[in-house]
Amino acid sequence: MKLDSMYQDVILDHYKHPHGRGLRDGDAEAHHTNPTCGDEITLRVRYDGETIQDVSYEGQGCSISQASASVLNELLVGKELPEARRIQDTFLELMQSKGQIEQADIDVMEDVLEDAVAFAGVSKYPARVKCALLSWMAWKDATAQVFSEKERGAA
Amino acid sequence: MTSTLPGLLDTEAIRKDFPILDRVVHDGAKLVYLDNAATSQKPTQVLDALADYYERHNANVHRGVHVLAEEATALYESARDKVAEFINAPSRDEVVFTKNASESLNLVANMLGWADEPYRVERGTEIVITEMEHHSNIVPWQLLAQRTGAELKWFGLTDGGRLDVSGVDELITERTKVVALTLVSNIMGTINPLEPIIRRAQEVGALVVVDASQAAPHMPLDVQDLQADFVAFTGHKMCGPTGIGVLWGRQELLEDLPPFLGGGEMIETVTMHSSTYAPAPHKFEAGTPPVAQAVGLGVAVDYLSAIGMDRIWQHEHALTEYAVRRLREIPDLRIIGPDSAEDRGATISFTLGDIHPHDVGQVLDEQGIAVRVGHHCARPVCLRYGIPATTRASFYLYNTPAEVDALADGLEHVRNFFA
Repeated sequence: MKLDSMYQDVILDHYKHPHGRGLRDGDAEAHHTNPTCGDEITLRVRYDGETIQDVSYEGQGCSISQASASVLNELLVGKELPEARRIQDTFLELMQSKGQIEQADIDVMEDVLEDAVAFAGVSKYPARVKCALLSWMAWKDATAQVFSEKERGAA
Repeated sequence: MTSTLPGLLDTEAIRKDFPILDRVVHDGAKLVYLDNAATSQKPTQVLDALADYYERHNANVHRGVHVLAEEATALYESARDKVAEFINAPSRDEVVFTKNASESLNLVANMLGWADEPYRVERGTEIVITEMEHHSNIVPWQLLAQRTGAELKWFGLTDGGRLDVSGVDELITERTKVVALTLVSNIMGTINPLEPIIRRAQEVGALVVVDASQAAPHMPLDVQDLQADFVAFTGHKMCGPTGIGVLWGRQELLEDLPPFLGGGEMIETVTMHSSTYAPAPHKFEAGTPPVAQAVGLGVAVDYLSAIGMDRIWQHEHALTEYAVRRLREIPDLRIIGPDSAEDRGATISFTLGDIHPHDVGQVLDEQGIAVRVGHHCARPVCLRYGIPATTRASFYLYNTPAEVDALADGLEHVRNFFA
């Protein structure tokens, strides 16, 4: 198990040059923390119908948590909600794979996950999986707020 | 060069007692274990004692008349004798076995919540703690304050990582029922000056609870010198097994204060209406205790005493001086806490530029160097110094100057990796 498999260049690039960082206007906000290590993220989502207009975020944390938020922004902005959910589910599956996933399956996932597939190596480190998932859980939470409010508004 | 540090122990001999220190991790990296503030490693003497207990003497204690029951009881109670001697307790009956320091501290908080006057914590009274406590010496007092309506107050910290005791007379008042504080910070290594605090507490009749979890393993601990009312510590940080902790309390307090957990072992007689309780310490040891773990702790105490707590302290002090010097040479490294070896233990927290401690810890781990990263269950300290987390290296009797060098070199590698 070599460290290079976790700290892929793609991840280090996103960490050093994050996409879409900073908080902008949004329809809902979620603040998530990883109590074991002190990683924090505040994330906002803005929707136009079911289209993701923006995901903005601010936080502090390790390279994995910060790079993951950057990748999330890059992947999800502009997507329709069902497609975004499919990406999130696939990312979750990858992160929960404990490093046991076959290369062939990773190749299939890469079509969906693009840069996010670089996190495959992180799944071997149980202590770091939470870091990688932090922003994705915040996104899921913020999105749920938006659509539950819309449902309530419609009812 | 470094092997000539004054005061070092014969680590070559000591390390033979700790087979785990010979482990090689990650395909060829020699383990450098610097996470002793989290838990220490265990010498073969302790491991053998655990096996011997289960192989030859295992039985429940304080009941049964058969040979094994008597042997197990004698072993368990002799562990109490050893611990009492180790901390210079006036009486063996002042040593209560718990499962860890957290349980010890929770036990005191609950005693005081249920106590009669003059000890009772209730609305209109105050609890005083400090900003550098481990969560286990914060949360039990928060719970007690919430449940009773008492007010929770605390000592703040100076920029240099010391307790700010300048306001001691205003903080500890006639309303204060209990002052709970750590002897040595688990995150910064700071050794606190307890004397002025205890003197003030005694003036107003408040009880003093000392968390000695980071002190008992590393320095001579004399509860009579300390003058506190309760002292809590845990076995697994001092070469003992997990699952065994200690609460020392002054005998008259243990006699006066009510039990918390009820059950077997802690009673004298039981009817369907009410019960009377066994004398301390058994009053506070409901249920089958961690017998093997207590036996293991007794052997750990023997092990440490044979080397000598004074010599262990000198060894760690020499290592700390050297480590502080080496760490201060690293660019962008900021020590959180005292940045000298004065009045501090061998636990050193730091940040390294903008590199998150998780990343520092991970890249060190790849080199075989085990440190702790995060807020170390002392999040208020991180908030106080405006940092999300720290990397913490903590040393013990088996660590060497070469391991300090490995840490310093490892941190250089971390800097290059994220440059």
